[in-house]
Amino acid sequence: MNNSNTRKLLMDRSVEGKVGATMPSIDVPLQTLPDKKFLRENLAMPQVSENEIVRYFSSISQMNFSIDHNFYPLGSCTMKYNPKLNDDIAGFPGFNEIHPLQNVDTIQGALEIMFDLQNILAEITGMSGTSLAPMAGAEAELAGMLMIRAYHINREDFKRKKVIIPDSAHGTNPASAVMAGFEVISIPTDNNGNTNLEALKNVVDDSIAGLMLTQPSTLGLFDTNILEVVNIINSSGGLIYGDGANLNAILGKVKPGEIGFDVVHSNLHKTFTQPHGGGGPGAGAVMVSDKLIDFLPDPIITKNKMDKFDLSKPQKSIGKMGAFHGNFGALVRAYAYIRTLGKEGINNISEDAVINANYLRIKLKDTLDLPYDRICSHEVVFSAKTIKEKYGVNALDIAKRLIDYDIHPPTMYFPLIVEEALLVEPTETESKETLDEFIEVVKTICEEAKTNPDLLHNAPHNTPNTRLNEALAARNPKLNWRNTIEESN
Amino acid sequence: MVNEYQSTYTPNTPKIRQEMLSDIGVDSYKNLFSDIPEKYRFPELNLPSPTSELDLKNELSKIANKNSIPGDYSSFLGAGAYRHFIPSVVKQITSRSEFMTSYTPYQPEVSQGTLQAHFEFQSMVCELTDMEVANAGMYDGATSSAEAVLMACRVSKKFKVEIVGDVSPFYTDVIKTLTQATGIEISYNNIETILKNNDDESPACYVVQQPNFLGEISDPDQLKLLSNKNDALLVVISEPMFLSMYQTPSYYDADIVVAEGQPFGVSLTYGGPYAGLFACKKDYIRQLPGRIVGETIDSKNKKGYVLTLQTREQHIKRERATSNICTSVGLIALMSTVYMALQGKKGLKHLSELCYHKSHYAAEKINNLPGFKVQTNNFFKEFTMSCPISVKELNEYLHENKIIGGYDVSNFINNGMLLAITEMNSKEEIDNLITILSQV
Repeated sequence: MNNSNTRKLLMDRSVEGKVGATMPSIDVPLQTLPDKKFLRENLAMPQVSENEIVRYFSSISQMNFSIDHNFYPLGSCTMKYNPKLNDDIAGFPGFNEIHPLQNVDTIQGALEIMFDLQNILAEITGMSGTSLAPMAGAEAELAGMLMIRAYHINREDFKRKKVIIPDSAHGTNPASAVMAGFEVISIPTDNNGNTNLEALKNVVDDSIAGLMLTQPSTLGLFDTNILEVVNIINSSGGLIYGDGANLNAILGKVKPGEIGFDVVHSNLHKTFTQPHGGGGPGAGAVMVSDKLIDFLPDPIITKNKMDKFDLSKPQKSIGKMGAFHGNFGALVRAYAYIRTLGKEGINNISEDAVINANYLRIKLKDTLDLPYDRICSHEVVFSAKTIKEKYGVNALDIAKRLIDYDIHPPTMYFPLIVEEALLVEPTETESKETLDEFIEVVKTICEEAKTNPDLLHNAPHNTPNTRLNEALAARNPKLNWRNTIEESN
Repeated sequence: MVNEYQSTYTPNTPKIRQEMLSDIGVDSYKNLFSDIPEKYRFPELNLPSPTSELDLKNELSKIANKNSIPGDYSSFLGAGAYRHFIPSVVKQITSRSEFMTSYTPYQPEVSQGTLQAHFEFQSMVCELTDMEVANAGMYDGATSSAEAVLMACRVSKKFKVEIVGDVSPFYTDVIKTLTQATGIEISYNNIETILKNNDDESPACYVVQQPNFLGEISDPDQLKLLSNKNDALLVVISEPMFLSMYQTPSYYDADIVVAEGQPFGVSLTYGGPYAGLFACKKDYIRQLPGRIVGETIDSKNKKGYVLTLQTREQHIKRERATSNICTSVGLIALMSTVYMALQGKKGLKHLSELCYHKSHYAAEKINNLPGFKVQTNNFFKEFTMSCPISVKELNEYLHENKIIGGYDVSNFINNGMLLAITEMNSKEEIDNLITILSQV
């Protein structure tokens, strides 16, 4: 799988005269080409035959771990099975080949799906309105924060310049808040993994625009202080932003809108199975309470009395998030997924996700440290602190050793507030058999840490590359084939 | 008949669940949700019942068929999203689950496939734009443009941006959305005015679209004057098929080049997912947004790839990150990568010239029609024509005749229609369009 030929780049395979695609014929009379100064002289693209290209990409693909091949318990990422039928449906020509600027009369089917999905997501989250325009979770976060900003400005309350974010939050939260023009106030998490209420009270005043909260948190815990948190923020005039990254844990179990959230986003590529694609595309939907409905991103899909669907711009919209109407292909997949499961199946997701995570928690709590020893939601955070102190083996070593057992590592060193963190999210699509294997492997690795720590320090052993020198890559960036390194074997 | 519901996606049966629950030490799954305030726990979920694969495919196939599909019509609609031929290899490769169902390559030892493909993408985007560095892709062309503006402001530490000429309103809308809270001030001007003007203070950047929204190609020497006028950075929004044939932005000293990657191997899909291309001079590498893949060596001195320059990113810098972007649209960028590999040097030249010949053939015919006039002087595959009747009426008439007409640009040019012609439009289709237009 990793012979040197696999690693040879396309440009190094290029031979003058080879072609990879057939050329359509020219069926119109040739026209006069423009003046030379308008034209480029050379285009240095590779020349490789079709079979060679297919074999090349097929070979390099096999250097990847993926859900279809491996258990992928990557905390906070919800790497669940991606149903194949969703891809087929998104590939229907009526969805796949339509142009974003076609007259709405000619794309009523597409708008119907989007309209239904808007309503379903609002129902699941207990909110009043949805826009499917954001093209990723982080863009939905930004949309949410821009709406909060617009809301306060619209009330002519110009002093709300700060946003409170717990220290356990995803890094995109503070980054999105800053892009929306806010100053970020970070507050600590208490010893039980809940929002620290004293710290919260200390920073709340009329300069606070709102709070960004992930529920359940990135520690895999449902914040038992939630109602107090909502009350403190609401009574100060702030709004609550709910990061829906962990929505998988609460589907059908609680609706964020009912407990007082004003905005929630959903990562359709996590909870609703748009394949992650090696880093996208994703899709973010953003759902809001009545307060923010007029500020939703453009467009939303509306239906008139004649049952005709249309693209509409909300009255005080924060604007467009992308050139067109959102990542429609991902929306179709999410819709197909939700319709396949229906009410019963959607309810099952959170139940099985939470059972699976708690099963791992119980079975591994004597093997790894468990910083928060309480019932968890869809993921569980362990720590390798004790093992590190005893045997000099850290979370990274354990994660890399898992690769030798064909298991994708959990999320490491996140949340930042847990030392030597290993955040494990099994998801509902994994069987007890897989979890039992994982438990045995983790126990074996922790035993190896004691008896043969170098086995872990040098892991992984059977991958195309051993551990890579990231510092070198950053110090001396080589970012394309004009500028590559000579290999020294 | 089976009556107890069991999802095909969740493997644990009720019996297995019960075993697991007793290992956990609780009686029911309900005990696992006791942290949720009781009043709000277990709400009614008003959703339809589960649907079988067969029933769902039948139902959604009917809904899909309510749409008019450009393939069943002849389509001349572009304005930022274009119908180009996609070779079968593109779909076959990008459907491989190793690419499709893997995560962002944070664990490089088990992601070399994705990383190496991203490196190929960055390399080909650099060739296409003739720029020194490129990232692994952004959400779409419009968000790439907005990120370019933000980057230009970071680089120059200035907050004034000038949009030059007829830049796509879809793009300027997104620039406005993404900069609305940053204090960046946006103004609009045409190139002649700017070149005449002798301001002392230069803005952070000039943003031009080449060719512009209406299809017009600017003189590269005039763009060179703009870029050399002062310290402002030059941000160029372009189009990949155009770049395959025309003078590269480096000729007029562009600092940042962005484009919608969709024309290269990505189906129209009602507007997304697409992939934005983003390339720039290497001086700005530390301000480059998005994911970047770099080459390095492993502990055994073998070459490999990693995500690099991550110190700019939100998972390390949080509120001090240069951008909140957390995706490279990996799978879509891969479609364009495979597409460029297949077309190669010869194919891209051939296809771009084919678009040129066909669109110019159509334009010449249109100019001979009474009442119609091509309003674009210098164009590639897309041009604006003025029509004797409103574009709305004309498009309705075309649709009746199995033609999806061009985009209505009446707010730029009176009764203006923007027509895009690619290799997908046969001579027969073009001739038929001319015949129908002649009946108006």
